Formats: sequence, C-alpha cells, structure tokens
Amino acid sequence: MSAQSGRNLNRRRRTGQVSYGLFLVATLVGIVALFLLLGDVFCKGVGWLDWQFLTSLPSRFPERSGISSALWGSLWLIGLTALFSLPIGVGTAIYLEEYARRGWLTRVIQTNISNLAGVPSVVYGILGLAAFVRALALGRSVLAGALTMTLLILPIVIVASQEAIRAVSASQRDASYALGATRWQTVRRIVLPAALPGILTGIILALARALGEAAPLIMIGALMFVPFVPTSPLDQFSVLPIQIFNWTARPQQEFRLIAAAAIIVLLAVLLTMNAAAVLLRNKYQKKAEE
Amino acid sequence: MGREGSPLTGEGAALSVSGGRPTPRAGGRRLGEWLIHRLLLLCALVSIFTTIGIILSLATQTVEFFRHVPILDFLTDTRWAPLFEPAHFGILPLVAGTVMVAIGASLVALPLGLATAIYLSEYAPDGLRRVVKPVLEVLAGIPTVVYGYFALTLVTPILRHFVPEASVFNAASASLVMGIMIIPMVSSLSEDAMMAVPRSLREAAYALGATRLEVSTRVVVPAALSGIVASFILAISRAIGETMIVTLAAGATPRLTVNPFEGIQTMTAYIVQVSLGDTPVGSIAYRSIFAVGMSLFVITLAMNVLGNLVVRRYREVY
Repeated sequence: MSAQSGRNLNRRRRTGQVSYGLFLVATLVGIVALFLLLGDVFCKGVGWLDWQFLTSLPSRFPERSGISSALWGSLWLIGLTALFSLPIGVGTAIYLEEYARRGWLTRVIQTNISNLAGVPSVVYGILGLAAFVRALALGRSVLAGALTMTLLILPIVIVASQEAIRAVSASQRDASYALGATRWQTVRRIVLPAALPGILTGIILALARALGEAAPLIMIGALMFVPFVPTSPLDQFSVLPIQIFNWTARPQQEFRLIAAAAIIVLLAVLLTMNAAAVLLRNKYQKKAEE
Repeated sequence: MGREGSPLTGEGAALSVSGGRPTPRAGGRRLGEWLIHRLLLLCALVSIFTTIGIILSLATQTVEFFRHVPILDFLTDTRWAPLFEPAHFGILPLVAGTVMVAIGASLVALPLGLATAIYLSEYAPDGLRRVVKPVLEVLAGIPTVVYGYFALTLVTPILRHFVPEASVFNAASASLVMGIMIIPMVSSLSEDAMMAVPRSLREAAYALGATRLEVSTRVVVPAALSGIVASFILAISRAIGETMIVTLAAGATPRLTVNPFEGIQTMTAYIVQVSLGDTPVGSIAYRSIFAVGMSLFVITLAMNVLGNLVVRRYREVY
C-alpha cells in the first residue's frame, strides 16, 4: 500500500517537473520570436539607414529612396489625431465618470464603447471612406485619415481616461464640493490635474497604435507613392506603415531591405512613445505614494 | 461684483430664477455648468454616432450590392471572382480562407498563451514576471505590417525549405505569425483571470497534498475559466479581423481548400485588394467590399458580444 502510494507520488512529481519545463518553454516561444523578429529586421535594414534615407523622397530606385514624405505624413496624421481624440475622448470619460446618472443611456454608451474596441480596423477604414472621403468630400486627405484614426482610437482613449479619473480619491472631490465648488470647477481644478498623468499615458499608447495602423488608411486611399511632403491638412499623404507595405510587397530584394530600414525607424518611434508612457506612469505612481 | 453681474441677461437670468437662487453669480455659473454638461454629453454621443455611421455606411452599399447579386448566391456560391466574366460572388471561399487562418493562429496562440499565463501566474518568481510581462506587451505593440514583413520575408522562406511544395503566398506562415501576434492577448487576459483567484483556494489544495501542476490545472484554471474562455474568443475575433499579415503573406487567390500551403484570400485581404486597385466607385466590385465588410463586422461583433457575455455571466465572484 505505502510502496504503491510512494510510486504514485514519484510519478506525480515527475509529471509536475515535465510540465513546468513545458510552461517555461511556451513562455520563451513568444520572447524568442520577438528577438528573432527584431534581429532579422535590424540585420537587414541597418546598412541602409542614414541621413539621406530619412530626408529623401521615395523613388523607383531603391538606393535613392527615402522615407521623408512618409515620415512627415505620419507626423501630420498623429498630430491631427491627437488634436481631435484628446478633447472628445477625455470629454466622454468625464461625462461617464462625473456627470452621467446610472441609467440606460450610460449603459448603452459604455457597452457601445467596449464593442467598438473590438471592431476590425479595416471596417473603420470603410467608415472613413464612406463618411469622410465621400460624404464630407474631404478627399484622400490627411484630415480624412486623422478623423478615421480618431474614431479608431477613441475607445482606447476613453477607457484609459476613465480609469485615471476613477483612481482620483472620492475624498478630494467631497472636499471640493464641501467648499461650494460646482461640478465643473471640481472636475477642472481637482479631478483633471490628479488624473492627467494617467490620461496622458493612455493617449500616448493610443497614438502609438494609430501610428502603426496601415489597413484603414489604405481603405481611405492614402497613396502608395507620394513624392512630396504634405503642407496642409487637405493634402494627400502616405504614412510609414503604408510605405513599408508598399516596399515589402515588391518582389525586388533591395526594396525589402529598405522596407526593413523603414521598420527600424517606425519601431524606434514607437519604442520612444512607449518608454515615455512608462516613465510618465512611474513618475506618477511615485508621486501618489509620497 | 461688476464682473459677475454681466451674465444677468438672457438665458442666465431665466435659468437662475427657475433654479431657485436668483443671485447673478449663481445664474452665470449655472448657465456655464449647463453648457458644459451638454458639451460633455455631445462628446459621449460621438461613440454612438460612430456605431450608427459604421452600420449605415456598410448597409446602404450592401443593399445596393444585393440588388445585383442575389443574397442566396452570395451565401452559397462556391466561387469568388468579382472581376471575371461571368462574375461570381460566393463569399464561402473568403470565409473559408479567414477561418483557416484563424484556426491556424489559434492552434499556435491558445496553447502557448494559456501555458504562458499559467507559468506567469503560478510558477514564475516575482522578479522574472516583472521582466517577462512588459516584453510580451512589446510583442502586442508591434504594428501588424511588421508582422506581415516577418511572415513574407523570413517565415515563408524557412517554411518552403522544409515544405518545398508550399507556394510563396500561403496560409500556413500567415497563421503562424498571426498566432505569435495574439499570444500576448491570450496570456495577459488569462493571467489577469488567474491572478484574481483567491490564495485560499490554492492553499486548500496544497494542504490536501496537491502538486503545483495539480493546483494549476484542477483548481486555478477551472476557477478562472470564464476569463480564459473570453480571452480565447477575443483573440480569435482579433485574428479574423487582422488585415496586413494576410494581405502580405497569405495571397490573393480566393479558394476553397484545406491545404494550408496554398495561397488563399481572407475577407480582410479582399477588401484591401479592391481598394488598392482602381475599381470605379459605384461598380459591383466596389460595392462588394461593403458586403464583405458587413459580413466581417457582423461576425466579429457577434464574437465580441459573446466574449463579454462570458466574462459577465460566468465570472466567479470571490
């Protein structure tokens, strides 16, 4: 009896150790894939990366091609998207957290936001094509692209802002109301300053998402080949992900190498934004602990 | 006093009288408060208008599309050839391509993601977890076009080395790379659900002599099942809606096949293909992207609603 249970225990221990190894290996797969991807892109692209690559316009000849127009297009797009999504997103969050009564309208808005977060980005592209490019007749402009991107990232901005606002302690609000402040005064002077770092973190991450999107912009007709830098919101444009897509889709090896160089630039920008978000969050957390 | 006296005209005054405290200052303030309340409500309604806009823009063109293509043909025809004569508009090949890539991605992401979640929540020391989690989040933050590049220029050549009959564009490498992309979705949502399982349940199992594996698989995973299932559903929905990987790596040939080494076309890749070409606005091919988009929207919406429902309905509250 005891010998049998001892054997049984040994078997259970062995199974435990084997599965521990399996779980560890499974975890490593994702990490190894990440480094493989980064290493591959870096090896292929780094030789093409120089000042001329950053400042030249795209060309039929890979050695003369650059990402200047795509880089400026991305900057225009992100700037305008931030301009639109910040007030609308934060406004929605303030409404839901500070103003709305718990009723059917609030519930509908909240459910709707979580469903919008799961809509494929290409469907937002179709909306942008029908609403902004055609119905509002904005054409294939940066403005139409930025409006489309605003709708795409709004759910992310709203949810992040809501969490930041919810984290402000109720006692601070109560103190403000007790001094006779109105609702808006409380929001503007107490809640928003306290929630600002959290809100900014969320917005930076949302904009990073917008910076990497290609599909919705292809839908609204951002161009594959743009030999000029946009100078107004109504100009046509390209962005880095579309430039990368264009070069990757070509069969010539050289174009794939400069695609890798463009990917390095895109990832560098994204990494900077993510690092800024993390730094902001850490600084804020330290302050909150003090 | 002089400054605050000015709003005592027009609506401000009227409001303050109806509001009960007829001081000029409260009246101006109350008008401001009222305006701000409405403005914020307007912001909140943008998301409702977005949904209405999506449905309207898809529906109007889809209805036009079905005037030319019988809906029965759309759902049952086994060929999708919108640019040929005679044109065929059977969505089955596109759905089959989408489902094949989604299944392939799930075969990679669901087991690996769940195992990662179990490791991080039940096995990993605290310091290691603090390193691994952000690294996996980086994986989730990489743009999909970069994954497409990875699939086409690195994974496909390696795959063709081992499976020489695989074509340059194939479903297998797109699925594999997409699976890696959605690992973090599965692992972080599942891990959150497992971390929410109270310690006392684990301690009770350990007290009965269970090994770590037994605690993980017989206590923690069942207790966190609703969160895990929801993470699976949301990840699959994401795979169905993903566009750039399949556009770059899976090909542009709609085909009813079960062979993952052939080129196929997904619903999303078709939508992109049409908008890349110069299809005239108003033609049937142009309208077909709205019909396909509508199908995509309905499928992903159903899955997301289901996922959220699973979380809310079956969540164990401790």
